[in-house]
Amino acid sequence: MSSPSGRSGLHPGTVDMTHGGGGRAMTDLIEDLFRRHLTNPILDQGHDAGVFDVPPGRLAMSTDAHVVSPLFFPGGNIGSLAVHGTLNDLAMAGAKPVSMTAGFILEEGYPLSDLERIVISMAEAAREAGVPVIAGDTKVVEKGKGDGVFITTAGIGVVPENVAISPAAARPGQVVLLSGPIGDHGVAILSKRENLEFETEIRSDSAALHGLVDAMISAVPHIAVLRDPTRGGLATALNEIAHASRVGCVLHEEDIPVRPDVQAACELLGLDPLYVANEGKLICICEAGDADRLLDVMRSHPLAMQAAKIGDIVEDDDCMVTMQTGFGGARVVDWPSGEQLPRIC
Amino acid sequence: MCLAIPARVVSVEAGDMATVALEGIRKPVSTALLDTVNVGDYLLVHVGFALHKLSEDEAERTLKLMAETGVLAEELAEMADGPDTATEGETGG
Amino acid sequence: MKYIREFRDGKLARRLGTAIANEVKADRRYHLMEFCGGHTHAIFRYGVQDLVPDNVEYVHGPGCPVCVLPVRRLDDAVELALRQDVILTTYGDMMRVPGTKQKSLIKAKAEGADIRMVYSTQDALNIARDNPDRQVVCFAIGFETTTPPTAVAIQQAKAEGLTNFTVFCNHVLTPPAIAHIVEAPAEPGETPVRIDGFLGPSHVSSVIGSAPYEPAARSYRKPIVIAGFEPLDVMQSTLMLIRQINQGRHEVENQYTRVVTRHGNRKAQQIVADVLECREEFEWRGLGTVPHSALRIRSAYGEFDAENRFALTPKASREVKSCECPAVLRGVKKPTECKLFGTVCTPDNPMGACMVSSEGACAAYWTYGRRREAALSKREAAE
Repeated sequence: MSSPSGRSGLHPGTVDMTHGGGGRAMTDLIEDLFRRHLTNPILDQGHDAGVFDVPPGRLAMSTDAHVVSPLFFPGGNIGSLAVHGTLNDLAMAGAKPVSMTAGFILEEGYPLSDLERIVISMAEAAREAGVPVIAGDTKVVEKGKGDGVFITTAGIGVVPENVAISPAAARPGQVVLLSGPIGDHGVAILSKRENLEFETEIRSDSAALHGLVDAMISAVPHIAVLRDPTRGGLATALNEIAHASRVGCVLHEEDIPVRPDVQAACELLGLDPLYVANEGKLICICEAGDADRLLDVMRSHPLAMQAAKIGDIVEDDDCMVTMQTGFGGARVVDWPSGEQLPRIC
Repeated sequence: MCLAIPARVVSVEAGDMATVALEGIRKPVSTALLDTVNVGDYLLVHVGFALHKLSEDEAERTLKLMAETGVLAEELAEMADGPDTATEGETGG
Repeated sequence: MKYIREFRDGKLARRLGTAIANEVKADRRYHLMEFCGGHTHAIFRYGVQDLVPDNVEYVHGPGCPVCVLPVRRLDDAVELALRQDVILTTYGDMMRVPGTKQKSLIKAKAEGADIRMVYSTQDALNIARDNPDRQVVCFAIGFETTTPPTAVAIQQAKAEGLTNFTVFCNHVLTPPAIAHIVEAPAEPGETPVRIDGFLGPSHVSSVIGSAPYEPAARSYRKPIVIAGFEPLDVMQSTLMLIRQINQGRHEVENQYTRVVTRHGNRKAQQIVADVLECREEFEWRGLGTVPHSALRIRSAYGEFDAENRFALTPKASREVKSCECPAVLRGVKKPTECKLFGTVCTPDNPMGACMVSSEGACAAYWTYGRRREAALSKREAAE
């Protein structure tokens, strides 16, 4: 990892209460650790608020709180995840992200070198996405009152004209597209959880999807619904859409991409991949006639090469999500009740 | 009842332990309940323990038995129409 | 996933479906109790019921260790977890099961109890090794399948001289439960459960073998087919049961030959026998007190018995009134016949254990079966 200015290596020492106290130590931390890596013209203005020009169009604004355990996982850490999550919230409304902010809540005693790794990866994710972090804040809580690092963010974007994406816009006859294999993020996290450890090459799919969405909207501006199936997985996202749109959804199990390793981890822990979290996938609901065109666009994008049509929107007063199983039967794909816990029976 | 999964032994370790693989997932399991374990064996794994070896011969026999059972609608049609209209080969799993 | 995927093949399923359809007699019904929650899960998860004729009915049995644990024992676990000096380790399955006044382990955790979810008894031992100044209690639940790992952990703890590790032992035995279901008289107002044959335990049998079911098959004249948990296993076992019923046979047959033998895993049986012994009786949720149906830690290992180390206070444990879990567990009622089902009792707010466990009959009905039930009742109404 590069070290931009004179200092070589990562920051030594640990977070202590003076870092949140408003004095010299806090200013040094902000200058030396946050601003140094996140640098951009708006942040570098040095205000507490970032001042910027707004492109024409309707504004979209999102807010997101990030807690993840462990903070570092295969394929990312809480820093990159915070950027991707914020930008995806905007993208799923059809918005092009403009800028974002980040607030850090740090636990006393947290190693500054780890904090710096988090900030570096946040900066890299923001740079890659082309979206600057234009304001930030830091607070410190006493040891035992936090889990290392929490990050809250806000994002601002602009929705192009003629785009009217809404979770309530699904209609019978439309089809459900999925951008790629499900469950990678959740399984990558579980593989590092205490008492569950297993070895796997699975990495989190954490990624910013606004580029993909931009390509999709350019091809088909009247997409009905976009949704990133994060916590609660594909099943939860589809149930939310079915309820918001007052429709049913029929999935085809054999068409839903799941990596063999993810399926295997789920078998071992008694989990259902339909309910496992993703951080770089999207569901798209569109007119049946637009499906092939959208799938072509998606499959030529690096983040959606395995995009597939996985189901159909149907009329259903009960707003149920059901699935034709590969075995030949049918089942209801219900809302989950809380986080899926590994089970033995 | 109990969630148990067959997984293949990829290495045998000291202290009644072995590493099993299921696709790309690797997990250490206790083999304290088994007499002998060899690399390549399939073990039935439950709560981190191997409960029993899986007999590959019996698994194949069971699948063969299933494949010889019943007749599919398309096969009936095939029988009625003669062999010329056969479209789909039967693999039996 | 070798030896998993093959047993979920849709084409073989249709094959078995036609074979079952050819085998059933149109003028009768077949009431098959799947003893295990694993079977219940497979039936609903894969839609097996859609592939067998309507006159083949699966009756869900009590084979879900989470569901049959009496509320009293769960309340005891909550009490242990809330002690300052204790770390309670548990399998994830138990976290949400409601005890008296809906108090669950997950709620106790929110109140500050140190509860660690583990995948294996080996993890519980590691926690004990890492926390020598705390008492680590392993909340042990499960049938004969999950028992040997508990016994091994107790042997290891003794060999290592771990002084801060104990087991709260709730292991139960399946053959007495099967006998009890067949023998128990119906309660007033209940229609006795009708069972023509059993899909017998699969992974339990990998440990104890198929022989222990032979007395029950003989004396109650009910066929028992030891059935694997993959959906094709369930279908093939269904076919084997229907053949036995049609031929008037009542034998123990083994469909799950790839891991079950007549005598099971003798080494595992010996380890269990060394550490654990049969209790005179044990209370099962739904079945009541069943003689010789559970295990406790032998006195030679008494120092590792949480029931010896900690004084548990007597409790007036209570299940939710009008919760029909007990009747559902005996197979005399369907989940949908419970007044609470789907109204006050849902997976989000479970009143009874059958709604919590992913293999509990109520949760399976709720999650996978509602659509089918709705379609059936619409059809019946139309007729």
